[in-house]
Amino acid sequence: MNDWIKVCALDEIAPQGSRVVASSQGDIALFRTADDRVFGLHDKCPHKGGPLSQGIVHGDTVTCPLHGFKIGLKDGEAVAPDKGCARRFAVKLDGGAVWLQLS
Amino acid sequence: MRKQKLVVVGNGMAGIRAVEELLKLAPDLYDITVFGAEPHGNYNRILLSPVLAGEMTINDIILNPLGWYADNGVRLHVGKTVTKIDRTARKVIAEDGTEEEYDRLLLATGSTPFILPIPGRDLPGVISYRDIRDTDEMIATAATHKHAVVIGGGLLGLEAANGLKLRGMDVTVVHLMPWLMERQLDRAAADMLKTSLEARGLKFLLEKQTEALIRGTGDTNAGRVCALRFKPAPGFDPGDGLEIPADLVVMAAGIRPNTALAESARLYCNRGIVVNDTMQTYDPRIYAVGECVAHRGIAYGLVAPLFEQAKVCANHLANFGIARYTGSVLSTKLKVTGIDLFSAGNFMGGEGTDEIVLNDPSGGVYKKLVVKNDTLVGAVLYGDTADGAWYFQLVKDAQNIHEIRDHLMFGQSHGGAGLGDCGHAGKTLAATLADDAQVCGCNGVCKGDIVKAIKSQGLFTLDDVRKHTKASSSCGSCTGLVEQILASTVGGAYTPSESKDKPICGCTDHSHGVVRQTIRERHLLTIPAAMHYMEWKTPNGCASCRPALNYYLISTWPGEAKDDPQSRFVNERAHANIQKDGTYSVVPRMWGGLTTPAELRVIADVAEKYEVPTVKMTGGARIDLLGIKKSDLPKVWADLGAAGMVSGHAYGKSIRTVKTCVGAEHCRFGTQRSMEMGVKLEKMLFGMWSPHKVKLAVSGCPRNCAEAGIKDIGVIGVDSGYELYVAGNGGIKTEVAQFLCKVKSDEEVMEYSGAFLQLYREEGFYLERTCHYVARVGLDHVKAAVVNDPQRRKDLFERLLFALQDYEDPWQAAVQKPAVRREYEVIRIAEVAAEVMA
Repeated sequence: MNDWIKVCALDEIAPQGSRVVASSQGDIALFRTADDRVFGLHDKCPHKGGPLSQGIVHGDTVTCPLHGFKIGLKDGEAVAPDKGCARRFAVKLDGGAVWLQLS
Repeated sequence: MRKQKLVVVGNGMAGIRAVEELLKLAPDLYDITVFGAEPHGNYNRILLSPVLAGEMTINDIILNPLGWYADNGVRLHVGKTVTKIDRTARKVIAEDGTEEEYDRLLLATGSTPFILPIPGRDLPGVISYRDIRDTDEMIATAATHKHAVVIGGGLLGLEAANGLKLRGMDVTVVHLMPWLMERQLDRAAADMLKTSLEARGLKFLLEKQTEALIRGTGDTNAGRVCALRFKPAPGFDPGDGLEIPADLVVMAAGIRPNTALAESARLYCNRGIVVNDTMQTYDPRIYAVGECVAHRGIAYGLVAPLFEQAKVCANHLANFGIARYTGSVLSTKLKVTGIDLFSAGNFMGGEGTDEIVLNDPSGGVYKKLVVKNDTLVGAVLYGDTADGAWYFQLVKDAQNIHEIRDHLMFGQSHGGAGLGDCGHAGKTLAATLADDAQVCGCNGVCKGDIVKAIKSQGLFTLDDVRKHTKASSSCGSCTGLVEQILASTVGGAYTPSESKDKPICGCTDHSHGVVRQTIRERHLLTIPAAMHYMEWKTPNGCASCRPALNYYLISTWPGEAKDDPQSRFVNERAHANIQKDGTYSVVPRMWGGLTTPAELRVIADVAEKYEVPTVKMTGGARIDLLGIKKSDLPKVWADLGAAGMVSGHAYGKSIRTVKTCVGAEHCRFGTQRSMEMGVKLEKMLFGMWSPHKVKLAVSGCPRNCAEAGIKDIGVIGVDSGYELYVAGNGGIKTEVAQFLCKVKSDEEVMEYSGAFLQLYREEGFYLERTCHYVARVGLDHVKAAVVNDPQRRKDLFERLLFALQDYEDPWQAAVQKPAVRREYEVIRIAEVAAEVMA
């Protein structure tokens, strides 16, 4: 089991925004929802590899900027009728900081 | 709290659509129970014709398999006919004694075929055409018998006849009226249809009334129908014969609303169960939708109105109570493969109407448009239905067609829809396309893919098709073709969305127009406030409505509403243009397309320093630096800024570029200083956000080397001043700009152009280009505000200048402000150390 890594303060991610974390497992997009929950997904749309971190965040979903695929932040699954899945990374909030676990 | 009980009587398309709409709005409000007389889940009755024709199977047309009911917590009683409603005890009772109590009851009992009251109507081999059982019987009979007679030459009768013919029967259609489909077609179109169906081997007997069906007495047909006898008409010639052979008789002479259950419960019925605009019967606990209903005296038999009713009913059941059903304009499409036929609205004309007719019998094309008081009220198209959806839209919107009356007949773009379109090889007629013909050039979708998706997924709307196939979901230039394919596959069920009232997206029921108006009237200043006031259905919208709301707020309340970067598409948030690999492109500003050796040196230095892989000229005559990493963007802008350059808005719903020719500064033909004019315009409009992108061009003489005829605003210098053209478009669909007016001075060019753009900024819908905006409101409307009313022009112009003042250079903000710069920074983590510690 890998350890939790402290990434940044919650304030450094805009509400309904995202930040990119460079890792040995590729770029990881961290999303902050309007109600201050944080999710982590591989920054690659299952459709054509678009950077999900650059999409618009709404509810528990991000819309890919390239072709408008909607990806669920909780599970990385494309919203039907689209199909595909972006890899999830475990993220937690602790003491105002965002922590990431590489799987 | 106890859930309320909703009982639905009728497991057909209208009833189940209402349940589906209700589940979307209020999934937990009711315990839902459905009674269905047929032993199947809900299926697409419209597609029984392709099943009969052998193009599809029953399994293809099931809309809600039995599993759907279980998944959605809906209890289903199949094969049980409800025979009694006890309104006092609030329960329904089925034939087999099953009882269900209700708090609210929805009747969707559909219709029953009209059976002619003639001797022999009960004989084996005499059927109607309504459900799966009828269809199965026709298919079985076609395998063993030869002669089929269809009574009724309407939509249903012709589709039945066509199917039986394809199954190998000898088919005669008997029709009481002088021409086919008299409720949907005028005589000219009906005659062309008849000729074409005769060429396929169908026989027609018009103006014939059936007197009796004859019982067979032979070895093979004993006890079964064997012939049909007509009533002798006045002047009848006995040599013609009065009987024709018939092993199968299909009665397709109309339908009657099925009101038996409602009447037994003493609900008021008059040609149908009478309902109000919220689909309630005279007992307000009891709703009714579908073919069993009479709304404002009309009982509808096509699916599109039933879906509209279902939506309104669901809205009321969900206690929203804001939707009203006010009746439907109908359109018809015959689903006989290879025959292209469309009608809508009042196509027969009458008092106070004009008819515009195009008739080419040899060419197989007939079109009739019925116009009343400068609005289109009806249309019949035969042979070329490419513009059917457009005409239907004009009828439904009751749009004033005064300005386009002279070329209305020639379609959406003078001389055929699709002129100026690209991406589908110039094809405009879907019916003639092969299944493997590519329809959507952006996403590589063929006609066959679309037809298959419509049938197998049960799609009814353009949006459904876009979601499932991606066709028409990118640039939209093939929308007309996709609509045609949809219309010919689902026939009368197809409804084009009403452009004026179409909701922005699934997050709201409000249209762009209503949202704009509400933001202005209620002085709404933030997206959450706007969503709250207008009762948005999602917590924070989606990628479609948020950018629209953001634009409406900042354009309506400049200086008051605050821009929300998180509600902008990435290009406008990052101030550069995202590319397919996630890198960005930067287009340094060149005012009016002018540059200097020093600026070119800076651009060259930047390109080398940041290892820009591609440098090219843009369509707007600027230099594009492609393939820049996002984290390098602020550095690139810092270097450009240090040399006194700004970046360009080559990416936004905003002013893009002003293209110029060299003009009178150098050109021997130039009459006006076009470069100077272009620079003035581009500087004036710096930082202007708009509903969609805005491109300008200035040419110094009518040779028009800057190609001003396809720009949102085209300025053309002439010896005596400038001509102004507006609403051109060189993109997805080429649209030629329209002449607005002539002005004398540079100042006037700026004022008139600015006023036009401000009008567009204030009235345009988000993502509506100027050409679509002007098509919607009419050029006369624009002229009235910008040309004919000097005070209004000045006010508009001042409001534009007010909105543009104090615009902050976004690129320098990204360089200088840490909070903004964070957007561009990648977070690095101490991964190795963490792993060591683990």
